[in-house]
Amino acid sequence: MLALQSVSKTYTHRGRTVKALDNATLEVRNGDFVAVVGASGSGKSTLLLTLGGMLSPASGRVLVDDQSLYDMSTDKRAELRRKKIGFVFQTFNLVPYLTALENVQVPLLLAGIDGHAQQERASALLTRLGLADRLDHKPSELSVGQQQRVALARMLANDPAVVLADEPTGNLDPDTSRQIIDFLAEINGEGRTVVMVTHDMRAAERAKRILKLVDGTIAPDGKGN
Amino acid sequence: MRLRTIVWREIFERKNQLATSFLAIFFGITAIVAIRNVTYYSQKAVAAELDALGANILILPKSATLQDYYSADMQEDDFPEEYVTRLTLSDIQGLDNLSPRLSSPVEVAGRNFTLTGILPMNEFKAKAAWQGAGIFARPENCGTVVKSPISPEAAKGSLARKRVIVTLQPYEVLIGNDVAVAAEVNEGDTLALLGQRFAVTAVLPPTGTVDDSRIFGHLHTIQDLTGKGPVVNAIEVVGCCNAISGGLVQKINKLLPEAKVVTVTQVVDTQIKTNRMMANLSLIFIAIIALIGGATIANYMYANVFERRREIGTLMALGAGSGAVLKMFLLKALLLGIVGGASGYVAGTALAVALGPRLAHVPVLPMPVLLLWALGLSVVISLLASFFPARRAARLDPSTALQES
Repeated sequence: MLALQSVSKTYTHRGRTVKALDNATLEVRNGDFVAVVGASGSGKSTLLLTLGGMLSPASGRVLVDDQSLYDMSTDKRAELRRKKIGFVFQTFNLVPYLTALENVQVPLLLAGIDGHAQQERASALLTRLGLADRLDHKPSELSVGQQQRVALARMLANDPAVVLADEPTGNLDPDTSRQIIDFLAEINGEGRTVVMVTHDMRAAERAKRILKLVDGTIAPDGKGN
Repeated sequence: MRLRTIVWREIFERKNQLATSFLAIFFGITAIVAIRNVTYYSQKAVAAELDALGANILILPKSATLQDYYSADMQEDDFPEEYVTRLTLSDIQGLDNLSPRLSSPVEVAGRNFTLTGILPMNEFKAKAAWQGAGIFARPENCGTVVKSPISPEAAKGSLARKRVIVTLQPYEVLIGNDVAVAAEVNEGDTLALLGQRFAVTAVLPPTGTVDDSRIFGHLHTIQDLTGKGPVVNAIEVVGCCNAISGGLVQKINKLLPEAKVVTVTQVVDTQIKTNRMMANLSLIFIAIIALIGGATIANYMYANVFERRREIGTLMALGAGSGAVLKMFLLKALLLGIVGGASGYVAGTALAVALGPRLAHVPVLPMPVLLLWALGLSVVISLLASFFPARRAARLDPSTALQES
């Protein structure tokens, strides 16, 4: 289970203090599919990074399976991410000089898996995402949709229980967006918890639950609440 | 895939950016290896020369300047051959052998060589018997020219190192190895010099000195052919060590006040000073490479960390700990150090082997031990310079890195 307990986070931007999260409280049960919607600058990405153990809150607690994330050391949080959390970014964040196969191998390498097993697992994941013929292509040699599929394969490499997706369809055309959301729904169907921030309402509609973020405060937005 | 795969790929992806750091360490190591290589062989040559020559003395014209023992007589100034007679007739103790020399440039097979006139030992013997006085009348051992340690058979071949010869006929010559190669002449052939044909009685073994470019003939023949008359450019004196320390040089100076008298130690001292200067120079280069190379690498690494902060943030999101990020950058520094050190060693060695004989007048061979030295130095500099940038990468806030870029 994922939980935010009275989490606040503020930034200082050009001398002004901006509240990204304001006493936000949230509970996401295992196997849930939650979409967080909101306008630009409403704190969606901050919420996701905080849930992923990448951004410490000014106050409040963040729990992953009852473990308080920010009471852990930086390296312990990295280890927890490696084992339990998969990230999907709007801009894919693939390593530009590695091939599709190698990009998917990165989390496996960080988990200490040996080279042969890395290749097998990465190859199987890319095949599942329809990229069997693109294993040796670098990101610059792939279409935008293919890049996002490589990023999805990479996210799944260590078989995470929790998937955090930051605007996963933000840079994609409608058809590819639909394929990506289908895939997120598919892996949610496998029992993984998915938290997706998006401003695309059609994508959000595919989630089991929609939350709205307004000025750092989480409010239910109808579906599933 | 290993962590080093990521490092390699990144290096090749951005190789142009790395080029400056590589060149800084490459040129630094090249210079250090070249200097240390040449210095080592130069020092070795000096030690060998001292060993081979013992306590030699050179008598030169007052105006002579001296850099190299072997080319001491290759100058325009001269003095009367009569100085030799003065020495032989003097009561100075401790003179083992005298070798007066007169040198003149000569062209053979389109190349310039040096024709050097020397006086064989048998003429000293004759002169001693005729004069019945001076150093040849003294008991044998130290200070006696009569007893030569060189057998007549071996004498011609060993002239180059022993500096004296027992017999030499007026129209006989001994030629250095370079002359023999250039003129394609062997022992038993004849060679035309200054309008006269000479019999080549021996080809001297290579010595790595200017003697390889010399042709040795009888002093009096050379004096006649060059029209210089009874003069010489230098007199080499093999003296006793004890006698030299007992003031032999001062005694010769007193006997020949118009000449300059120097010991070979003084001559080699110039080379020793040059070697010491080169050793100091290599220390300066080490300091320069540590500063400039280190600063260049550190600057590149900081820029590289800044440029890759999104990538670092992504790796951290995927579960990379600070140790993995630190390792990634230090591994890159290690590779830079190894490649820079190894290639610097190869280039420095090639430079030393090619330029050593011209600059230090000694043959230079590769020194494998310098490879370890070069690798150690470049790796340490590279790692030290990269440590703080690598630590900055390891401490990057992943959320900031992802949001900023």
